[in-house]
Amino acid sequence: MKEEKQKILGVKNVVMDFKVGGKALLSRKKTLRALNDITFDLYKGEALAIVGESGCGKTTICRIAMKFYNPTSGTMTFENNDIHKLKAQELKNYRQKVQMIFQDPFSSLNPLHNIYYHLERPLKLYHPSDKTTMKKKMDEYLTLVGLVPPDEQGSKNPHQLSGGQRQRAYLARILAVGAEVIFADEPTSMLDVSIRLGILNLMNKLKKENNKSFIFITHDIATARYFADRIIVLYAGHMVEWGDVNKVIVNPAHPYTKLLVTAAPDPEREGVVELPVLKDKESEVTVWTPESKGCPFKGRCPVAEERCSIELPQVREVSDGQFIRCFHKE
Amino acid sequence: MKKIWNSNIMRFFRNSPKTSIGAILVIIVLLLTIGAGMFTSIDPTNRFADEYHSLPSPTHILGTTQLGNDVFAQTLYGGRISILVGIFAGVITVLLGIIFGISSGYFGGRYDNIITSIINIIMVVPNIVLLLIVAALLDGVSPFLISVIIGLTSWPWNARVLRAQTMSLRNREFVYSAETLGESKLRIMFMEIMPNMLSIISSAFVSTLIYAITASATLEFIGFGDPLSCTWGIMLFNANKSGALTSGAWWELLGPISGIVIFGAGLTLINFSIDEVSNPKLKAQRIMRAYYKVKKMQAKSMGKLKLNNAMGRKSA
Amino acid sequence: MSDLLTVKGLSVDYVTAKGGHVRAVDNVSFSIKEGQSFGLAGESGCGKSTIAYSLMRLHRPPALISEGQIIFCGNDIVQMKESKVQQLRWSEIAMVFQSAMNCLNPVITLERQFFEIFRYHGITNDKKVSRKKAEELLSVVGIPAERLKDYPHQYSGGMRQRAVIAMALALRPKLLILDEPTTALDTVVQRDILQCIYDLKKELKFSIFFITHDISLMMEFCDTIGIMYAGKIVEQSSSENILHNPKHPYSYGLKNSFPSLKGEVKYMEGIPGTPLDLNTIPAGCRFQDRCFKTCNDCFTKEPEISTTDDGFFYCHNPLKAG
Repeated sequence: MKEEKQKILGVKNVVMDFKVGGKALLSRKKTLRALNDITFDLYKGEALAIVGESGCGKTTICRIAMKFYNPTSGTMTFENNDIHKLKAQELKNYRQKVQMIFQDPFSSLNPLHNIYYHLERPLKLYHPSDKTTMKKKMDEYLTLVGLVPPDEQGSKNPHQLSGGQRQRAYLARILAVGAEVIFADEPTSMLDVSIRLGILNLMNKLKKENNKSFIFITHDIATARYFADRIIVLYAGHMVEWGDVNKVIVNPAHPYTKLLVTAAPDPEREGVVELPVLKDKESEVTVWTPESKGCPFKGRCPVAEERCSIELPQVREVSDGQFIRCFHKE
Repeated sequence: MKKIWNSNIMRFFRNSPKTSIGAILVIIVLLLTIGAGMFTSIDPTNRFADEYHSLPSPTHILGTTQLGNDVFAQTLYGGRISILVGIFAGVITVLLGIIFGISSGYFGGRYDNIITSIINIIMVVPNIVLLLIVAALLDGVSPFLISVIIGLTSWPWNARVLRAQTMSLRNREFVYSAETLGESKLRIMFMEIMPNMLSIISSAFVSTLIYAITASATLEFIGFGDPLSCTWGIMLFNANKSGALTSGAWWELLGPISGIVIFGAGLTLINFSIDEVSNPKLKAQRIMRAYYKVKKMQAKSMGKLKLNNAMGRKSA
Repeated sequence: MSDLLTVKGLSVDYVTAKGGHVRAVDNVSFSIKEGQSFGLAGESGCGKSTIAYSLMRLHRPPALISEGQIIFCGNDIVQMKESKVQQLRWSEIAMVFQSAMNCLNPVITLERQFFEIFRYHGITNDKKVSRKKAEELLSVVGIPAERLKDYPHQYSGGMRQRAVIAMALALRPKLLILDEPTTALDTVVQRDILQCIYDLKKELKFSIFFITHDISLMMEFCDTIGIMYAGKIVEQSSSENILHNPKHPYSYGLKNSFPSLKGEVKYMEGIPGTPLDLNTIPAGCRFQDRCFKTCNDCFTKEPEISTTDDGFFYCHNPLKAG
């Protein structure tokens, strides 16, 4: 039973180009197309995973959303306002509602200030009130993320906390800001294995009980399956497959998704695994430029055809809620 | 009392002989100069009419100059001005270095290019030469002016170091985090980035201090200072003029020279230890030294020779 | 198959600023046979990299090997003279580090780096011969020969790691230590590289000592697995046993920290708490704070060793078979 889902973040036809090189006097600048035609919507209270290998552009989406870059073309809207055209009060509102967790817990908190300071700043900026109310709120948030007792944990400096605790403290900070949409850029990849699930479960709790939306960026599809509701698979800046997470992972339709699923570690599997990919010289992610044609995966695709080198495949719905960009039909 | 002795700061001093000696030297000089009135009752400007160039004696601990001034009193009172010159120059250097270094490292782009060009241009000009030219044009400069000029010519080097450090800190995630929070850029620069560079800043301050004291003394010794003021450099200048070296009046030089040397050495030692605090490899050496000291004592008391193995592996 | 490497009672201490020491590795014993691949799994701070560094005596102060023996081909590495250990390094035991960027000299071309290896170990002084050998090695790992003239920064991450593996195998060592070789790489590249290593192992017949925190990866690739926690090996067994029949609650918890790609998505707990801080070791079993199966003994005495047919474990209240 699908309830009426409220769209909160919209991304439409976003293209991002970067100019690289050209630092030396005579070298020419090359244009790198990091993202090509990215379109998706994020609904309230859902977790959307963006999966891909390094260099596929997932962090770039994050950076555009946090306004570190302006997209070359296309729009990103928050509550139906273009985020790159916001001014003053609206911008402040946006910053409050959309926040980001970073990958490295060891450098996302300022080593010189204690945790209370990290929570106090957002409160002072967005919800100023008197000292006692702020302290009460800070303790509430610390308890919510599991850093108890709050008095003791709040007065610690980051280096006295473990990686997992630091990520929790960072989540507390985001809650203190009052964010509704949280971009999580590989929040657990630098944490110990046994702690990762703790953080994911916490994020799940925030999603279900506090109705927060997450965009979960990762390269680990098993974790994406555990946490997210929908998934987008990126390759060289293109969305190659997206939809309901169980459908995409259990029944991948795009050759790249099949490759990712096969390459993921599976302890039950015996013997050597044949990866469904053509071996090219680099066997790493392709680099895309504005002049490139065809499907980005053509160089490594085991079922590539003639037309895959000429035109970019159109979007096709493979089953209810599962979409791919591929010419190949099973 | 024991608690203070055992506290972290005191333990730090005990474990590091360099810092302790440096700190003691600096404190001695500061005490003597600031509390000059407590150590000598003689007025430095007072001329003892019948005691020119007299040897050190109980009344005049370091003797008297050609004009009859008490050397010890002059050293102490004059030291105040010399040290103040150093401090003032240090403050100017560090302030300008912080403002321009951190901002250009943080903003980058064209602003950074402009500031870096300015830095490079000023760095090319040698300090002392500039000082000499200005001094010659103004026909002698007061200590205050000396400190200003030293400050204005030494800040570029400092700014460069801070800029490099800012650029490396700028891409750390806590800076991005503050930006996504919506903190103002000023606050990010001075409350998030700068506190992480305090050891570099204090080290730079101490270095400039040492440099300024010696540079001002040099200027004054050559004769471009203000002959009416009383600083260590002027004392040397007067001593030279009155032929102290040729006539063997060593005491006249002893005062200012020991002042400069002791203060400079103390500050340099402190600078080394600031380095050690921020450089973990040097710290590891210190830790190992302490460890082997403990082990030696244990081995002596227990008579075992297991230590030899450990020492053999120390060179690995 | 005889034992290639036997570690007995190894303890490694880190000297702290206050004059005491922290025991990072406590009384660890295990052995690796010829042609076997042994995996050591554990979280950060458990001491696995410390063991790897001890095997080649790479420790610098403030780390010290305080007790134990490391017997390699009959000789105790801990007692050896430094000059003999130098000879042993790379020619008998080689290591592939976690981040290849850190072990390739960025200002020297790869060809030169290979030449240095061959020259130092007395294989050859001739650049042409060294180049030919290097090309052979690179072709084995799948790097085209013309990339020899490039600098490390011109390689992609996966290629760099492969080049490092080629360098490690240059002198045909008997034991290859892999310290988290693929943690910084993508899944597809990771699988490629590991598969490459295993093909090489079949061909060149060396043993592997594989250190990682990714247990599910290790189970696919290793014959024997040791699980480390807080400086001690808490369980060692064949990988099938650890997968289907773990005895120690920590092994069970670690295994359950990896969501699977098949089957239902159910709620998984991981292991509560955080890895033990080695400055505050409790009395009794070190895992007591995080264990779901504690009994009274766990808080008072350290568990004794219990042997199974292909390994051992240390637990007062192990999991039952099934």
